[in-house]
Amino acid sequence: MKYLYYPGCSLEGTSLEYNISTSVLMDAMDVQLEEIEDWNCCGATAAESNSHLLSYVLPARNLALAEKMKDSNQILVPCSACYLNLKKVEVAIKKDKDLLKKINKVLAEEDLVLKGDVTVRHLLDVLSNDIDIETIKEVSQNKLSGLTIAPYYGCQCLRPFVVFDDPEDPHSMDKLIQATGAQLFEWDMGGQCCGASNTSTKPEAGMALVGRILKSAKGADAILTVCPMCQMNLESSQKKISHKEGMDLDIPVLFLPQFLGLAMGKTKEEVRLDLNLSNTERLIKARA
Amino acid sequence: MGQVENERLLEQTGAVKEMIQTCIQCGTCTASCPNNEFMDITPRRMWRLLLTDHVEALFSSKSFIMCSSCYYCTLRCPRGLELTQAMSLLKQAASRLKLKQFKRSSLFYDAFLDSVQKHGRVKEMEFMTHYFISLKNPVIPFGYASLGLKLLAKGKIRPEFGSGAKGKLAGLFKKVAELEA
Repeated sequence: MKYLYYPGCSLEGTSLEYNISTSVLMDAMDVQLEEIEDWNCCGATAAESNSHLLSYVLPARNLALAEKMKDSNQILVPCSACYLNLKKVEVAIKKDKDLLKKINKVLAEEDLVLKGDVTVRHLLDVLSNDIDIETIKEVSQNKLSGLTIAPYYGCQCLRPFVVFDDPEDPHSMDKLIQATGAQLFEWDMGGQCCGASNTSTKPEAGMALVGRILKSAKGADAILTVCPMCQMNLESSQKKISHKEGMDLDIPVLFLPQFLGLAMGKTKEEVRLDLNLSNTERLIKARA
Repeated sequence: MGQVENERLLEQTGAVKEMIQTCIQCGTCTASCPNNEFMDITPRRMWRLLLTDHVEALFSSKSFIMCSSCYYCTLRCPRGLELTQAMSLLKQAASRLKLKQFKRSSLFYDAFLDSVQKHGRVKEMEFMTHYFISLKNPVIPFGYASLGLKLLAKGKIRPEFGSGAKGKLAGLFKKVAELEA
């Protein structure tokens, strides 16, 4: 199996461990990833807050670059915000030919053409639908059976584009967690918002949302995420929020491929647990 | 807010008003919004104010910049309105009109896009430094210092000042500005 790979800016910086563990896991699954050459920022929420056309052009440039690559027509994206932005263009140009023309007028500056024949896939979509779950079961041999794991999806891999999971009641991570032998933590916060950039620009509001999620996760051994923003929000302020809420909300937060990598026998060094901001020692001890 | 300002606001929000024309004021958006308790004007009321041209009231509140793009309102709206997109368009209007009360978020987005234009990708450290300088407020950066230091220590952000890039995506940005003028 082969996919084109769009890591996005966060995976080169604040979420380096997401990038590395994705590549380690895919390698273990015999899946090849080919990084889109010269990819650029998807525009995040900044482009949309600034210019409508720019918010389409920035992701579109990446799709056009991907179309030039012949090995696959599927782009795998681990970051939910990038996924949404790239998906937005894939969906919009199918319906709005004027928009496609306008985008191509801009892309002509770089001699690029967007046709619209690539499909954007979230990492979780690929892991839960394309990968043979038996491989995880066989290799992991229930090494993590003592752990109870809370799957956290966040928003933008589920909404507004309903592609691979129930946007109100997501469950695509369940079978992946269970394949490792770990127990599933039952909660209804999986698809709730982490506050996104409000945690830094409007901390009062942002931290309240993070607090709600951390409190609901009490009883779980770890939370798994599939988005750099969610990951950062859930793990960077645990001390501050514990203090504010008057209870210990300390919990390991891992990217899904870090967890699956560990289950499949990769070391904590290989999946770069040293880069996480939350304390993951508890998890490693539980595994041993 | 003066008459002139009001007219400029109406002009800038015309497209959003059009988008939400079929709103039935059911309030599903408000009930679904995770940030509603931090808004002095709820989403349902925002649409009402827009539909009745009371834009000055809408822009004297910062409620719409509380939107964290969770897309619950868009998913659940019984009229199928793209309400998260409507929130973004309001943010765009506030930024384009350079309204004083939204200056901080406008500067944040400007610094971000400047980094994208120069390098094609976001250099987190450089963009935050530019943002802090543009705020001209020596106190605000301290709120970010503790996380910043943690990230530096882990090598997740790197100091990159004036890396000398001239504008990798300058051509695209220029063309977009031309077409949107």
